[in-house]
Amino acid sequence: MARATSRNARVGWTVAAWFVALLIFFPILYTIITSLKSEQEAIAGFDLIPSFTLESYQTVQSQNNYWRPFTNSVILAVGSTILALIVAIPAAWAMAFSPTKRTKDILMWMLSTKMMPAVAVLVPIYLIFLRTGLMDTRIGLTILLMLINLPIVVWMLYTYFREIPGEILEAARMDGASLRDEILYVLTPMAVPGIASTLLLNIILAWNEAFWTIQLTTTNAAPLSAFIASFSSPQGLFWAKLSAASVMAIAPILVLGWFSQKQLVRGLTFGAVK
Amino acid sequence: MATRQTQGLARLMRAPAIILLFVWMIVPLCMTLYYSFLNYNLLNPTMTSWAGWFNYQYFYTDPAFFEAIRNTLVLVLGVLLITVVGGIAIAMLIDKPIWGQGVVRILVISPFFVMPPVAALIWKNMIMHPSYGVLADVAQFFGASPVDWFAQYPLTAIILIVSWQWLPFATLILLTSLQSLDTEQMEAAEMDGAPAHSRFLYLILPHMARAITVVILIQTIFLLGIYAEILVTTNGGPGTASTNLTFLIYRAARLNFDIGGAAAGGIIAVILANIVAIFLMRVVGRNLD
Amino acid sequence: MTMTFRALLGATALCATAAGIAAAQDNVTLTIATVNNGDMIRMQGLTGEFTAANPGITVEWVTLEENILRERVTTDIATQGGQYDILTIGTYEVPIWAKQGWLAPLEFDEAYAADDLIPPVRDALSVDGKLYAAPFYAESAMVMYRTDLAEAAGVTIPESPTWTDIMNAAKAMTDKSKEQYGICLRGKPGWGENMAFLTAMANSYGARWFDTDWKPQFDSAEWKATLTDYLTMMNEYGPPGASSNGFNENLSLFQQGKCGIWIDATVAASFVTDPEDSTVADKVGFAQFPNKEGVDNHGNWLWAWSLAIPTSSDAQDAAKTFIAWATSKGYTELVASKEGWRAAPPGTRTSLYENAEYQKEAPFAEMTLTAINAANTQKASVQDIPYTGGQFVAIPEFQGIGTAVGQQFSAALAGQMSVDDALAGAQSNTTREMTRAGYIK
Repeated sequence: MARATSRNARVGWTVAAWFVALLIFFPILYTIITSLKSEQEAIAGFDLIPSFTLESYQTVQSQNNYWRPFTNSVILAVGSTILALIVAIPAAWAMAFSPTKRTKDILMWMLSTKMMPAVAVLVPIYLIFLRTGLMDTRIGLTILLMLINLPIVVWMLYTYFREIPGEILEAARMDGASLRDEILYVLTPMAVPGIASTLLLNIILAWNEAFWTIQLTTTNAAPLSAFIASFSSPQGLFWAKLSAASVMAIAPILVLGWFSQKQLVRGLTFGAVK
Repeated sequence: MATRQTQGLARLMRAPAIILLFVWMIVPLCMTLYYSFLNYNLLNPTMTSWAGWFNYQYFYTDPAFFEAIRNTLVLVLGVLLITVVGGIAIAMLIDKPIWGQGVVRILVISPFFVMPPVAALIWKNMIMHPSYGVLADVAQFFGASPVDWFAQYPLTAIILIVSWQWLPFATLILLTSLQSLDTEQMEAAEMDGAPAHSRFLYLILPHMARAITVVILIQTIFLLGIYAEILVTTNGGPGTASTNLTFLIYRAARLNFDIGGAAAGGIIAVILANIVAIFLMRVVGRNLD
Repeated sequence: MTMTFRALLGATALCATAAGIAAAQDNVTLTIATVNNGDMIRMQGLTGEFTAANPGITVEWVTLEENILRERVTTDIATQGGQYDILTIGTYEVPIWAKQGWLAPLEFDEAYAADDLIPPVRDALSVDGKLYAAPFYAESAMVMYRTDLAEAAGVTIPESPTWTDIMNAAKAMTDKSKEQYGICLRGKPGWGENMAFLTAMANSYGARWFDTDWKPQFDSAEWKATLTDYLTMMNEYGPPGASSNGFNENLSLFQQGKCGIWIDATVAASFVTDPEDSTVADKVGFAQFPNKEGVDNHGNWLWAWSLAIPTSSDAQDAAKTFIAWATSKGYTELVASKEGWRAAPPGTRTSLYENAEYQKEAPFAEMTLTAINAANTQKASVQDIPYTGGQFVAIPEFQGIGTAVGQQFSAALAGQMSVDDALAGAQSNTTREMTRAGYIK
């Protein structure tokens, strides 16, 4: 039975949904607006229409070249994600398709490694980075970010792989498919959406990491989190400039998120959907 | 169906991840354990000596310790409550036949992409600031006097900021779950004349139970470690009104440069976090099978 | 302009040769950690001038917000990480780190004119007569007030006011219906925020942090009087939300004409008299940091953002060349030639204050110099004390203790605690920390 939603109800729901959505989006929207104001306008009180000046962006760019931290952020986020996938895909695969009694416990243990407060282990890690020459290198941070997000990656992939029905495998095997064929032609196509959304989520998490990426870098490997730290709370209130720097730091990932939200949603189930 | 050979292969495939994480866990943990028994101040490295249990005792007898635990729990529970309830509501709203669903969804998930320190800066300066913030302007428009969020309701303010960051995550997962709900079942229930609230209670909510569990589990892990938002906004105050356990450790490590004390705090935090995790698995973990 | 530029080139060339030819021959990269304050960002912008004169040196900047910078730099120097060649640190860190042997002593040649450095600033950056950091800009604290509001209210603020004068003036200038507040003071918790002000204020009330046995003194009558008067002023004549106002917020309030009096760092003077940013630029008067009647003490606030070289740096000669350039007379002239004398980094050199052009363009010059010269960081209180430092106590534990105490006082300002509770909390907290650190036996 096709339910005919009355037009009025639809209008009502639309208005409500848009209201909520705009409310949630408002802080970001207002930051974008403020970044297009002059400093005087920025603290002059509520105003949704800026003078559309790019002055703040120019000042920010002249103080701190954006492209270097941007490049570092891209390398760190993408690099650590790919590394994590290389390690996690086989592990999650094995856990999903040949589970043992302890698989659940191992998964929980992996998640629990995330509970150590980062700041408590800063000095040991700092010393290790110094001694091994990894300090302020992209490779060092890439490895670190990979380790930080690995538990989430394994878990996401595991829950996704587990939803791939085993009957298909059996059927393929009956037809005489080899293990290689099985993986290449049956499982991989089914696993791609899960891997894609894990990839996206992990890039977001790595991009937004703002403790280690500041503490373990100086110039060569410093990503956008350090870029932001050079604009937060300076002497005087420079909110237009701060907004411009914020927009520059979050825009790339925001745009990526918008374009890929369909893929992201499909795999972001953590096994929540039966 | 698992033969010995595939079992061996599986073990081989699991090994790198497990070994890496094991090393990543055990090395810092051992070093932290070791430091936690030392009198070790970063600014006075020559005075390092064996401390025994003193660092633990010192951390535990900190006048802010129990308040910090209470604040940690309030923060975690507050954010969970807001994001789960808000997430269900928003998911159901977006699931309705509305115009511009795609755009609405994009707007709602956007906060998830904002770096935590940036989110805290935005809220502190542009939204909640008592003189220049948007909320102050709104209050003045209605003739009320502006609320000084970070002085009067510091913990509430932080809960709001963190909830804003995590609401999109909850909404997304709950929405995915909602969309997998069998429409025929829903329609059948509707035909039977089941009122909206009982359809929600007996059909939708049980269906979403698993998704809610996942939201709670993942968020708790992240929420226990929140400190950047506190550092940027209230610095743990006024007094210790918004100091949580992680921030207390932060204070020891980064203000006092007391490595021994921070290490002891870290070990205490890990123990408490694991208690929470076990409790969580007992209570909600069953849903995951 | 060409004259100054040539003078500058000459000076830097001299420095370069003096500092060691090795630096000029090889290609050296200097990594400089600095705070994101306006003067440092200006220096960053002028890097090109330095590298043009020193072709062998490349400069990399790490600009960070003050608190993050302090964390980063402290971790690195304490672990001997060697990530930076030049650090931007304050008068708080210099004596502590120098005693640990973490900073390289600085010796400059004649051309640098180290004698030109203002004596209290120089003393604050020296340990046992050796200079360990070169001041980039320095500040004390003073009263800034609106001359037009004072006149309208019929009050006068003398050159050297007492706290009673300040309170009366603040009362007279307050008109909350017009969003016009008599006095703006720091309330945001932090050892470098509200505690900088409150420690200076306590000094001027005759209070002290510790007695000669390192026992905290928050249970003294002087501290009680300080905190009581501070809260009275802020609650009755201060702006709303004062417990989250730091330097930046107050600066902005003052620039928008919402404050009658603001007592804060002297560098603020150049911002509030800047017609581009300030709506009250031509209506600001200055006076010395107040004292309580009968107490001969004006707070002893002294801070200098300074450049220092960690011993872990592997480019010390090049680093010294840079410091000699950035803290020289020539640098001041370079800034003046590009952006006018008002923009010159204040508070470091006597010659700047003897410069007629600077005096003409900077109405606050005289009071700034008076304030800096009046600051005695060796003995900040009229009572006997075991520590040095003006608006802070120069011990490693002070960052933590100061911030914890600042939290208590900020809570009192937010109305969540009484004066007595805040002081008792500060007393027990500080006693606990000092016992742990081994000061109290």
